[in-house]
Amino acid sequence: MKKQKPTEKIIFQSEKEMPMMPMSVGSMLFNKTGAWRNIKPVVDNSNCIQCGICWKFCPDMSITIENEFPVVDYVYCKGCGICAEECPSKCIAMVEEEK
Amino acid sequence: MKKVIMGNHALSYGAMLGRAQVIAAYPITPQTQVVELLSEMCASKALDAKFIKVESEHSAMAACLGASLAGARTFTATSSQGLALMHELLHWASGGRLPVVMGNINRSMAPGWSIWADQNDSLSQRDTGWMQFYCASNQEVLDSTIQAFKVSEALAIPSMIILDAFAISHTYEVVDVPDQAAVDAYLPPFKPALKLTSSEPHAFGGLTGPEHYFELRYKLQKDMEKAPALIDQTGLEFEKMFGRRLEQVEEYRCDDAEIILVTSGTAGYTARVAVDELRRKGVKAGNCRIRVFRPFPFDEVRRVAAKARRMAVVDRNISYGCHGIFYQEVKSALYGGADTPPIFGFIAGLGGRDITPGDFGDIARYAMSKPKPEEEIVWIGVKK
Repeated sequence: MKKQKPTEKIIFQSEKEMPMMPMSVGSMLFNKTGAWRNIKPVVDNSNCIQCGICWKFCPDMSITIENEFPVVDYVYCKGCGICAEECPSKCIAMVEEEK
Repeated sequence: MKKVIMGNHALSYGAMLGRAQVIAAYPITPQTQVVELLSEMCASKALDAKFIKVESEHSAMAACLGASLAGARTFTATSSQGLALMHELLHWASGGRLPVVMGNINRSMAPGWSIWADQNDSLSQRDTGWMQFYCASNQEVLDSTIQAFKVSEALAIPSMIILDAFAISHTYEVVDVPDQAAVDAYLPPFKPALKLTSSEPHAFGGLTGPEHYFELRYKLQKDMEKAPALIDQTGLEFEKMFGRRLEQVEEYRCDDAEIILVTSGTAGYTARVAVDELRRKGVKAGNCRIRVFRPFPFDEVRRVAAKARRMAVVDRNISYGCHGIFYQEVKSALYGGADTPPIFGFIAGLGGRDITPGDFGDIARYAMSKPKPEEEIVWIGVKK
């Protein structure tokens, strides 16, 4: 797995320093979308066939592959359920969040 | 080389000579021939461009935005309902600073279902941050398309080339189609300041908090304010190379005018015929045709207005509950001036009804007969 570059939140002090359009200003470091989640994906590694489809389909890049198995990043996962829907061996369950 | 071509094909030739690299479009009457010819040019390799077929105008603009972000010179064309469907992505183009050039054929908005000309489709997109060029002849359509690539790319602001349905789109005129080498000398290849590449990945257009959004809008407006001077400059360069000047506002016999008819689109050339007729009858009339609507040519309109005793703004559009849209803008440009002449507002030709030289005669006579406007709007040719 490719290591993520360290990032930090950028605050421009002047419009002159800013790019013309918003790009890579590091807002996701602070916008932790995991709080939006009502249901969460839980992976049962014993049935996982290590196909990587969940990793490929996750629209928020919240699944990484570590030691050849998927790991969900609950800080950002919004609980959309696409990974569970696409998993060919149905080893991802969508579980109610405990409030 | 001189060719007899329809206005829609003048747009296609403009995009071809401008060496558009990606064209994504969805057909709609009266725009269809624009993209038909471009798709043929792509198929025959006369134009080295990727033609992307899409399932809607929304997707057409989305495809153009992606291509433009990747650094390609990008063109599309649409009309009326199609333009309305693109609305969301028009904001993306300007906010994303993507210099897409688009042809829009002015066609009335439904209902009643109509394919004929009026300007409410493009003027409904007034505040999307696009430059708007209203053309009056096939030649001007071709020339404006080439100029628009140059101005848009210099400022990173998209442009709309606007032409009347049928009166230009399907009308054949003699058009001087310039040599490719001359156009290449005028219009260098597109080199964006920012672009999407796999070697240097960035996220574009992401979440932007209140600490930054305001400045982005400030920068867009500041760059838009540079456009009038750049349009004049590139218009003069165009004249040096091709012999035809491209101005923000085109004057006709205004210097000693008692009344100036302010128009846009093909109605501008009809007004010239009316001006000549009025002058034969002893009425000193003139015509001011507004070619560039966004950015609004404040200085040029003020300069022309200083010559006039009266102005009559003729709109082929309406902002319901207010006035004709050009009328609003002309009045706002002249507000507070020392010798502002009386300005009369007229609505004519909605839904493609002809605006005739006789109508302009009536308009001039009406405006000459009153010391100041008595009505918010004077309607021309309503069947009462």
